[in-house]
Parts: sequence; C-alpha cells; structure tokens
Amino acid sequence: MSDTVIDKTPNIIIDPTKVKGDRKRRMTVGEIVAFVLLILLTCTMLFPVIFMISTALKTSKEMLQFPPTIIPETFAWDNFKTLFTNDEIKFGILYKNSIIVAGLSVVGTVFSSALVAYGFSRYRAKGKKIMFMLMISTMMLPYPAVMIPQFILFSNLGWMNTFLPLIVPTFLGSAYQIFLLRQFFMSLPNELYDSGKIDGCSEFRLFWKIALPLSGPALATVAIFTFIWTWNDLLGPVLYLSSQEKFTLPVGLAAMMSSKFRIAPYNLLMCASIMTTLPVVAIFASAQKHFTEGIVLTGIK
Amino acid sequence: MKLSESKRENFYFYLFILPWLIGFLVFALYPILASLYYSFTDYDIISSPRFIGLDNFRELFQDELFYKSILVTLKYTFISVPLGLFLSLIFAMLINMKIPARGFFRTAMYFPSMVSGVSMSLLWFWIFNPEAGIFNYILSLFGVKGPAWFLDEKFAMWGLIIMTFWGVGAGMIIFLAGLQGVPASLLEAAKLDGAGKWRSFWSVTFPMISPVFLFQLIMAVIESFQVFTQAYVMTQGGPNYSTRFYVFNVYVSAFKDFRLGYAAAMAWLLLVAILIVTVIIMKSSNRFVYYEGGRD
Repeated sequence: MSDTVIDKTPNIIIDPTKVKGDRKRRMTVGEIVAFVLLILLTCTMLFPVIFMISTALKTSKEMLQFPPTIIPETFAWDNFKTLFTNDEIKFGILYKNSIIVAGLSVVGTVFSSALVAYGFSRYRAKGKKIMFMLMISTMMLPYPAVMIPQFILFSNLGWMNTFLPLIVPTFLGSAYQIFLLRQFFMSLPNELYDSGKIDGCSEFRLFWKIALPLSGPALATVAIFTFIWTWNDLLGPVLYLSSQEKFTLPVGLAAMMSSKFRIAPYNLLMCASIMTTLPVVAIFASAQKHFTEGIVLTGIK
Repeated sequence: MKLSESKRENFYFYLFILPWLIGFLVFALYPILASLYYSFTDYDIISSPRFIGLDNFRELFQDELFYKSILVTLKYTFISVPLGLFLSLIFAMLINMKIPARGFFRTAMYFPSMVSGVSMSLLWFWIFNPEAGIFNYILSLFGVKGPAWFLDEKFAMWGLIIMTFWGVGAGMIIFLAGLQGVPASLLEAAKLDGAGKWRSFWSVTFPMISPVFLFQLIMAVIESFQVFTQAYVMTQGGPNYSTRFYVFNVYVSAFKDFRLGYAAAMAWLLLVAILIVTVIIMKSSNRFVYYEGGRD
C-alpha cells in the first residue's frame, strides 16, 4: 500500500483567478449559479460562527431569551473578563496548560520526526523497506486500540495526572509527520550535501546545518499540524489528567458543561470556545500558504 | 573503504530512525500485543490481571450494549461518510469554477474545521437546545415544530449527522488541491472530442482525483469508527444509548467501570475491524482508482 499513496513530485497549485486576462471574461450561466449557491452555502456555514460570537456577548438573561437575538441588545464584554477571573473556571490555568502541552508536543514532534525522516530519505540500509512499511502502517493505527495498554504502562510509571504521557511520546516521532518530511527531504538534491561532506561535516551536522535550514515550509507545516492536533485533542488528556489544575482547554471546556452549573453558561462557554479557536485561526492566517503546500506535499494526490 | 560504506549507511540509518523505532516498539507494537493479552484477562488495574481465556469474548457476544455500539457507529458511518465525501467534492468543484471571491469562499468553508471538536460540540448542543436553541426557532419560522434533538433518542443521531455537514471544509480543501492538479489540457481534449460536462467529469476529472477520493474515503471511515468527542461532551452516549459510539463504549468499560480486560477485547476487535475495512476498500478500489503511470 505504501507504493500507491506516495507521489514524489510536489504539485504547484495555480490559482486561475490570479491568471491575467481572466478578469473581464463574462461568467457563464453555470458559473453564476455556482456563485449564488456558494454565497448561500457560505452563509449557512458561517451562521453558527456568528451565533457563537453573538452568544458569547450576551448576558445570561438575554442568552435564554426566546426567540434568540442575533445581535445582542447589550454587549456583555464582561463575559471575557469573567472567564479569566472566575475561580470555578480557572480559564487562565487551562490556557497555560494547553500552551505547555501543545508547545512541547510541537518541539518534540518536529525535531524527532525530522530526524527520522532524514534517516529514511538519505541512507540505503538493510531492512529499510520493512521499516518504512511498518512506519506507514502505524499512520492508520487507531489510538483507541492502543490506549488501554498505554494507560496501564503510564500508570505503572506513576505518570498519572502529569503532562508526561501526552508529551513524551511526541519526542519519538509521529508517522504522519515523518512521512510528510521524508517526502520533502527526498526532493532535496544530493549535491547539497557534497560540499558539507568535503568539509568533513558529521552526518548529524549535515542534517542540522544543511537539511533543516532548507526545510522551513515543511517544518512549519508539521508544527502547525501538530499544534492544532494537540491543542484540540480530547481523548488523551481525558485519560491522563484528573485534577482541574492540570486540565487542558478541551477537557476544561467539557467539564464546564457538566456538574457545577445548573444551566450550562453557554455565553461563557462560547467565550471560551472563541478564545480556544483564536490561536488556531491566527496560525492558519499567518501560515496558510505553507499549509496548503504541505498538504499537497504529503502526496495525498 | 567501499565495503564499510554500506555498513556505515546501515549504522546511520538505524541511528536516525531510532526515536521512531523506540516509539514504534513501546507505543504501537507493545500495546497491540499487550491489548491482545489483556483481552484474555480480568483486570481492574488495582489487582493484577487474571487469565480467563475467551470469557471476555464470550461475554461480548452476548452484550447488548456491545451490539448497540456497533450499530450506532455503523449507522453514523454509513450516513455521514458518503454524505461528507459527496458534499466536500461538490463544494470543491463549485469553488474550482472560474468565479470571483474564490479565496473568500475557500476560507469561509474551511473556517468551521478550525474549531475544536469540543467547542464544536458545545456550540451545536446549544444550537440544538430544544427550548431556547436557534435551530428549532428557525424551523418554527417555517411552521415546523422541531424535535428535542439530543434529548430524544430518535433524533440525537441526526443532530450529530447534521453537525458533520459543518466540517466538510477540511475534505473540501484536499479535493480542491486534487482538482487543481487535473491538467487543463486533458479537459480541453475531452471537450474537443465532444464530451459534455457530465462525461468529462466521469472520464477525466474523477479518474484523475480518484486517489484523493480513496485516501479521503479510508480516512473518513477510520475516523468515524473512532467518534468519541461528541458522545463524551454532548450526549454521554444517550439518550437510551442512541449515541453510544463504539469508542465511547470502550472508554466507559475501561475507565469508568474499570474493566480493562473486557475493554481491551473490544479495542482489539476495533483494530481488526479497521484493518479489514481498509483492506476491503483498498481491494475494491482497483475498479475506480486510476494511477498515473500505472501502479507498481
């Protein structure tokens, strides 16, 4: 199966709207229909987002009003303040925890995956094909299938209610990211390494001084993928984190939904959701180009 | 010198892939084998595991909840996966047309996919609120009295399926990349040969993006076999087990009931199921997937 998914040539995406001379062309009937359809679809897609923002800015009273208002009668900006100052919610701590876990996971995954990907792309070795096949097959390994023994392992190590079970495995590479980076390293010409070799660089130095600096976009893609994945992950943190002091954002948000409040404070929950989504949106906005390149680079095509 | 060169490469290869190799052994291979072992034991994590042979599997095959969780998961998969793939392909094709503001449409459609599963669940639980929710309000404008959604066992699953529509942007982006890789020359050639839109889609576009389609199909099926967040955040598997997804069921057995052996048996069956389904899809894909330059 490994041979079928892989495509070594990265694609270049050409955006037809950017092609000159295309602008003044009249739209066909089909294109007008598509355009109108897309406007309707986009409105439907964005409506829940608008409703999320609107709920976040409502007072607890207006929140329960029926029929619901779209534009709040009074803008309750204080909700955001409440979120961070409320002792029950401890949103600041949740935020800090998520940053620690996601941050260290990014460092671990990027470094270890790059190392392994470099190994797969540069050397000919006995058993390499088998290793590669094994690596590819773990891409599809469902986490729930391995979570019970992992849980027992970590609980025997005494790592319960710490970030270690979430962070340590990331320092051992992630199959998907290794695959992505390997595709990238394969595209670097071998001649690049020759000058380094003549200078007597060690193998690790070739990796560190030549391969890595040339791989900015690919590494950024891996970092973004990893960040978003760990930032949004629920199941892992649910298993290993038991006290509120250690909760990451998804676990904390899910906990806010239950128990403590008689009616779930949806306005605060929506504030929290907005605050949780913001970093992801910011990262996407600043790195959208790398990201699209990266998706294509994985050879999904 | 030449002789040691291959040895040297061997050495560095294994040195560089060492982190992955350790990770593979400790966090993939060992858990798979240990999971199989635990599935033959009675284990509550406090006392040591007790070997009970096939008892867990015997019990599983008489466990109504186990069957229910399979049915729930399959129902969700059979509806949401085809629907999701179909919609994301259609949206990608719309955006791929020569229309203004494509960048805006792409971003807007993708936007919901940046919202985490938990936030998304909270938001939709609120939208589907039977009394104050906006979904039922909008229905009421059309004279329809909305159901109680996640509080009604007949509608909870449909609520979750409607939610998946909101996440099609992620698949759409990948299809879009695939569509943009279809050579314009091929489409022109089809046009010159007198092929209509419909014909050129099935004869040119679809074959060219079929590998993307296969990848998305497999990933979507694997993902929907592992639904957990929605059940954990919104429904707790209810009402009346109507959203008791397979992985949520495993989670409850293992970490609420502390029946780790029993849960390991279920987890192992999940692994086998995913393997079988992937192989079936891969095998049947020979009929519809086209690879440029043939396949090895």
